Parts: sequence; structure tokens; C-alpha cells
Amino acid sequence: MTFAPGRAPVAGRGAPGAPAGPPPLLELRRVRAAYGAIQVLFGVDLTVPAGTVVALLGPNGAGKTTTLRVAAGLLSPTAGEVRVAGRAVQGVHPEDLARAGLCLIPEGRGVFPNLTVREHLRMMTYTGRSLADIEAVTYERFPRLADRRRQLAGTLSGGEQQMLAMARGLATDPALLLLDELSMGLAPIIVEELYGIVAAIARDGMAILVVEQFARTVLGVADHAAIMVHGRIAHAGPPAGLADELSAADLGGTSP
Amino acid sequence: MDKLLTFTVVGVATAAIYAVIASGLVLTYTTTGVFNFAHGAAGMLGAFCYWQLRFDWGWPTPVALLVVLGILGPAFGVLLERVIMRGLAEASETVRLVVSISLLIGLIGLAQIIWAPGISRPMRTFFQAAAPVRLGPASITVHQIITIAVAVAVALGLRAVLYGLRLGVAMRATVDDRSLARLVGVRPERVAMAAWALGTCLAALGGILIAPGISLDAATLSLLIVNAYAAAIFGRLRSLPMTFVGALVLGLTDAYLTGYLPQNQYLPGLRLASPVILLFLVLLALPNPRLRGRLRITPEVPRPTAAGAVTFAALVVLSGVIAATTMTEPDLLTYARVFPVGIIALSLVPLTGYAGQISLCQLSFAGIGAVTVAHLGSDGNPAALLWAAAITAAVGALIALPALRLSGIYLALATAAFAVALDRWIFTLPRFSVFGLFDVALFGQGTLSVAPLEVAGVGFGGARARMVLMAGAFALAALVVVAVRRSRFGRQLLAMKDSEAACATLGMNLLGTKVAVFALSAAMAGVGGALLGMERGSIAPGTFELVAGLPIFALAVVGGVGTIGGALFAGLSLHGLLPLLAALLPGVTGYLVLLPGLAGIGLGRNPAGAVTDIRDGFAPLVRSPRVLGPTVALVVGWWVLRLAGVLTNWPFALLVLATPVGAVVAAQLAERPRAHDEALAWEWRGLLRRWSESDLEELDRALGPLGAGVGGGPA
Repeated sequence: MTFAPGRAPVAGRGAPGAPAGPPPLLELRRVRAAYGAIQVLFGVDLTVPAGTVVALLGPNGAGKTTTLRVAAGLLSPTAGEVRVAGRAVQGVHPEDLARAGLCLIPEGRGVFPNLTVREHLRMMTYTGRSLADIEAVTYERFPRLADRRRQLAGTLSGGEQQMLAMARGLATDPALLLLDELSMGLAPIIVEELYGIVAAIARDGMAILVVEQFARTVLGVADHAAIMVHGRIAHAGPPAGLADELSAADLGGTSP
Repeated sequence: MDKLLTFTVVGVATAAIYAVIASGLVLTYTTTGVFNFAHGAAGMLGAFCYWQLRFDWGWPTPVALLVVLGILGPAFGVLLERVIMRGLAEASETVRLVVSISLLIGLIGLAQIIWAPGISRPMRTFFQAAAPVRLGPASITVHQIITIAVAVAVALGLRAVLYGLRLGVAMRATVDDRSLARLVGVRPERVAMAAWALGTCLAALGGILIAPGISLDAATLSLLIVNAYAAAIFGRLRSLPMTFVGALVLGLTDAYLTGYLPQNQYLPGLRLASPVILLFLVLLALPNPRLRGRLRITPEVPRPTAAGAVTFAALVVLSGVIAATTMTEPDLLTYARVFPVGIIALSLVPLTGYAGQISLCQLSFAGIGAVTVAHLGSDGNPAALLWAAAITAAVGALIALPALRLSGIYLALATAAFAVALDRWIFTLPRFSVFGLFDVALFGQGTLSVAPLEVAGVGFGGARARMVLMAGAFALAALVVVAVRRSRFGRQLLAMKDSEAACATLGMNLLGTKVAVFALSAAMAGVGGALLGMERGSIAPGTFELVAGLPIFALAVVGGVGTIGGALFAGLSLHGLLPLLAALLPGVTGYLVLLPGLAGIGLGRNPAGAVTDIRDGFAPLVRSPRVLGPTVALVVGWWVLRLAGVLTNWPFALLVLATPVGAVVAAQLAERPRAHDEALAWEWRGLLRRWSESDLEELDRALGPLGAGVGGGPA
């Protein structure tokens, strides 16, 4: 397989090769990654330009979560290059990326079950914002969390836990937000609410990479979409044209 | 009533010390995932340092305390984290355990080098001169008041740190979800370092408080603090309040047993063993863990071929015969222990290597086996060995039954508790009778002599004959283990290690399998112990102590606990290499005690075991019979020359050691041209040479677009 530069799945707003403009916030080039002997990513190219929402879709086991883990520094790629805001971040620890403004909300409730809501907000101060700011933003956006500030996160409802996890993406004001399966196990109405928030913060100019298994929830929000199959980007383009490709991928088809 | 109050005061003071130590243990375990067996040893070092500063050098108390608790303790904790523990985050539970056990062995050795044992080092309690405070009918010393106040302060202080400081909240966050904590921006090394510094400091504080009450002895102090582990288990190694409750239960039990236990010759040991008995009971009372399927790729356990195993066994016997015919009598007495200790280490292969169950009481089983042959085999009757196997198998199964629901660190602690209970109580019992039916005398509070084996008129009383017997026994045991590995039972054990949940859903009988492997392993250890007893001629309870068994466990894992070679490695290191080094370098004998500990600490680097490396090195030799045959012939040739008197011992030993090494180099050279043939046909890659990344990429290229469908993996 070849990956000509022209085939880079998601082009930035400035055409590729144009020297002007800020570098994309996240750029993966021919990234390969493996868990021990099991290779998962086979050369992934992906770009998230500033101020856009990119949706990364695909069936189970395609490597979407792994792509996010590589981007956030939790997993080192075995080959290829990861750039965050134009800088190569090989070997940078996830905690340093987090402090620099990269925020990954992992799949399945990214909360600490034995910490209270308020302690979660306190943990968010590692990004450099003050606790007062974080509390103000969080409680304004999610008034329900204000009522539960002394409660352990493990005792919150699924939706409230996801709100608490989401709150980190809002309150710490990251430059790049990575969302993994926000909809997992949640009632549709809550999913809708959460994606409403995603759309709102995207309008404020945050770069966002959203991973979802089911497309319909996210395509309305995304500026670009990429489909991932078997550890490679199979298709990329504007979200509207992707519906057909997506059903093929959902059925377990391979890349052409 | 006076008596009750008096002993309550004593109990609460003891409890306070346990609580301080145990809370440090809980802190490091929860935040870093490493159960620090050396926590007590760190406390021991703290007590020794304090003694050195305060009493030997006569520094003022506050200065000495400040230096030990404010500088040495935290510095030691940070050092541990930086040098040893940091690499362990991804290591398996067995490896983590071995590293901390090795640290315990090493620290005890270190303390004995710095502060020679056997010298009285009196330590005064705090404000010893001050009059005790009257407390109604009882009284309480100022030292006890300080101790209790310290425990309360520690409890309040820990709460303030864990809930008040952001660093403390980060510690708790790390406990919940380590990678999420990193995503939030927590630096895990910073957290771990703080936890180790604080934990070590608490251990040192506990050591300083407890040492005046007992003698300042490295091993005793390190293990007495084991009692504190029981308190930590009350809190399931997580909850600090429950840990304090546990400490209270332990302290009061100890005090009341002192006060109210009837005075007879059977029960004083019970009081000493009571903390570990409580530990055992609490472990049993823990709620049953759910059978969980976890996905973890465990290192592959090699499956030896039948021919390879027979060759190995033959080589072991051959080396025994060579040793028996060339060594001097005293050397034989020293080096023959390689094999019985090797058998004891071998007993870990099915249990820990295959089934993934950690046991720290194999040497206790060995002790039971040795006692059995001492009593039943006084005429050299080989049937006594069968008895030893049967009795230890029964004891092993009995231990397995309650231990079945435990795994990992809890199982390790339960077996350690069993070993300590034997050390402190059962092995020290005088002669007693069971329901008036049997008269049982274990060690009879002294040493026992073990008669050498006598089979069909052939006695094994001589050192040469015994060397061959021991080598033969090890070879036989190795064949048994290989047979297990190659059998259906062996596959069940490996499956159980990978996922108990999957085994249960497939309808496998977990209970039966676990009991069987425990019984098998205990029987092997029992026979090993019986042979060790014969080799030594006389045995004492101290021979089979927990502390003596820990190096065997550690070195077996260092060698590779899934392999026969790993067991031989343990025996060879302990009773081959160490005596050899001691003979060669008499000046450093005292420092050799550190070696097993250092070997285990180095394990973090190579979790698969040293023997894997060695075997990989020898692989070319085994693959090419053209080189292997002449090698063996050459060794036998040197032997013949030695027997004929042409060679003396040293040249002979050097030649015997150099020959296989030279053969490996020869075999590698013979293989080299093939391994670097780039145009090797596909079907031979990975067979004739190691499969590499470039092969994979070539394969990807060769398959072209089709390859897209080949390599899908889990996300």
C-alpha cells in the first residue's frame, strides 16, 4: 500500500503544501502501533486542523481507540510520526501532553470512581487553570454536577459520569480535544445533549477528534470524517458523502 | 480487672506500632501496586540507623530522630523508587513479589554486614527515666503514651495528606486509574516517589518505636514487622481505617494471649504465631473475588520435547557422576546440596510456573518431608521417602483448600503465614500425642539426625554415592515435571493461569486442579527436603525457616520459574556458585549474602528469567547434533583423563566449563551463513533465523493490497 501525500485522508483548511497558516493541531503520518506482538495500526495518516471537528469512524477493532492512545502519548508508535501543533512528540509523556493542552476523554466513563466530583475538578488544575475557574465553567454547563459535588463519582449515574468526564474537556480549555465513544452505553437523549456541547465548543474554535462506532450521532457535528478499517484509514472526506462507505465498513468489509 | 486493663494498655501500644507500619505499607501498595515485602526490613534499617546515631554515637534524641525520619527514611524511599520500583509498573505480580522479597533478603544481609549480628545493642525507650502515669489500677509508660499519640497523629496526618493536598488526591486518583491520572496531568513518578518516601518513613518510625521492646536483630525485626502485614490485610491492603482496626485486633490479641494463655509447654509458640494465624483467617474471610477474565499476554512457558528432557536428565546424572568421582569429600558435602535444593525449586515449576500460584512455603513442606524421613526412615528404608511425599502432599492439599480462593499477593501472604506459623509454633512443639493414638515428635525442640538411604542393601552413606543419588533424584524429578508439562493436566494448569474465568466456563474443575497441583508441588518439595535432610545428616527447625526459603523462590523466578533449568539455576546459584565464590575470594565472603538479593532485584530487567537467555544462547548447539555429540564426547574425555590422573582438578574444571562455551561459539559459526541469507525462502523464515520486523514488512509488500485484510487486531 502506498500513501501518497495527496491521499492524506483529511486535508486541512489550507490546502496541503500551502506554506501559510498555522500547523494542524494533530497530525499522524504513517503511524504503526502494536500491543506486544499484536500489530493494530498499519500506517495511519490523519490530520486535525485548527478549529475543525474530525470524526473517526469504523467497526469494532479497527484501531480507533489505539489511534487516540497514540495521539495522547499513552502508547508509543512503532513507526511513523505524531505531531501536535507542528511539533514531533515522540517519547513525550501523556501527562506532559495533557498539561500542554491535549485532552483525551477515554472511552467508558473517564472518571475516578473513588474521588468526589469536587476532587475531580481539583485534579483538573494540573492543566494550570485555577480551581475557581474550573468550578465556574463546570457548574454553569452541568448544574447537576454542582448538586453532587461531594458525591463519589462511582455513585453517579452513567450520564452524570460522562458529564463529569466531559467537564474536563470544557473547563481546562484544551487546544485539542480527543473524545472516545462518548455515546457508549448512554441514553440517546443524553448523547444528544453531549454532542450539543461538542458542537458549541467547536464553534469557539477548539480542534476536536471524535471517535464513534455509530456514525449518525456524530456526522451532524463533524467537518470532516474518516473511516478506519483494519488499522488503516480506508476513506476520508466530507461527512455527507460517507454514509454508503460506512455501511460497508459496518458490515465488516475491507478497504478497496 | 487490673490485669485486663494492664494488658489492654500493652495491647493498644503494640497496636499503635503495627498501625503506623501497616499504614505505610498500604500507602505504597495502593499507589504503586508493589506489595513491599521489604517494608519491614526498611523499618529494621530505620531502627538500626537510629540506634547508631542515638546510642552508639550519642547524638541528642531530637537530632537523631530528625536525621532518620526526616532525611534517611525519605531518601531511602526515593532511592527505592528511582532505582528498583520504577521499572516494575508493567511487570507481572510474581516478578514484583520476587523483587521486593529479594530486597528483603538483601537488606537483612546488608544490615548484618554493617551491624555484625550477635552483639547486644541495647536501646532505651523514650523517657525511660520518667515515672509511668497511673491509670486507675494500671499504669502506662511515657513511651507507650508517645507510641499511641504517634499512631493517632499518623492517622490524622495521612487523612490530611490524602484528602487535603492535591498530591494526596492525585495518589488516590492513581490508585483508581493510573492511565487516566496521567491523562489528567498527574506525574506518576512524582506520586510514586512521594508514596515511597512517606511509606519508608512510616516504616522507620515503626521500627524505632518497636525496637526497644525486643532485641535489635535484623532478621527478627524484619519479620516481626510481618505481623503488621496482617493489619494491612484487615483493610484489604486498601482501607486505612480498617488497617487501624486490624492493628488494634492484633495488638490486643497478642497482649491478652500473653496475659491469659495457660502456662504450658505447647502454647507459648501460639502467641508468637497468633498474628500470622490471624492473617490467615482474615485472608479466608475476605469476600470471594469474582472470577474475572483479564486479557494479559503471559510469557510463553516452554514445552520441552521428550528427547530433550531425557538428554537433560542424562546430562544431569553424568555431571553428578563426574562430580562424585573427581571432587574431594568436603567439596562433595558442600556441592551435593545443589540437587535437593534444586528439587525444592523444581516444585515451584508446576505450581508457580505453570499454574501461576505463588507459594512461599515450599521450604516448610521440605521441612515436613525431612522430619518424616528422620522419624520413619531411621533404618534407611526408601519407603520413608514415599511417606514423606504422601504426608507433604496431604498437607499441601490441606493448605490448598483454604488458599483456593486466594491468588496473587494474597496467596503469597497466606503461604508465608503458614510458613511462619510452622517456624514459630509447630516446629518448636515438644513431643505430643494426637488423641492418644499417635505419638508425634517433630523436632522435639532440638536437632534431628537423618539416616542415609539404603536401597536393596546398597547404602548411600558415603558422600560420593550420595552425590550420584541426589543427581539421579533431580533428573527423575525433572522428568516428572516435563511429563506434567506435556500432559493434559499441564495444559489445564497453563489454561488456569491464563484465565480462571475461561476455564470455569469451559467446565474445568478448578478446585480439583488446584488441589492436585498443590499436592504434587508439596510432595516434590517434601521429597526434596527429605533428600536435603539426608545430605545434611542432621536438621533443625531453622533449616526450614521462611527466610531461608525466600532465596530459593527468588532465584527460581530469576532463573525462569516455568523452566526446569530455572530450578537447577536456583540450586546451582545457592549451593554451587556461592560456596565456589566463597572459596575463591575468601575476603568478600561476608558480602556474598547480598548476591541472591541483587539477582532478584535485577529481575525487573528480564522477567522471562535468566535461563531463557542462557538457553537461547545454547540453542544453536542443541540444533546441530554434529557439534553436540563431539562436545559431550570431549567432556567425557576430559573426565577420563582426570580419572587417569593426567589432569589435576583445576585444569579439569576449567576444561569442562570451557568446552560447552566453545561448542556454542562453534555451532553459531556453523549457522551464520544461513542466517544471513537474505533470499531465504518464505517458509524457512522464522525457522532458520529469527522472524524480524523487516520480514513482516516484506510480507506486507509481497501480499500487496490483500494484506489489508490480514492484520486486523483488537483496538
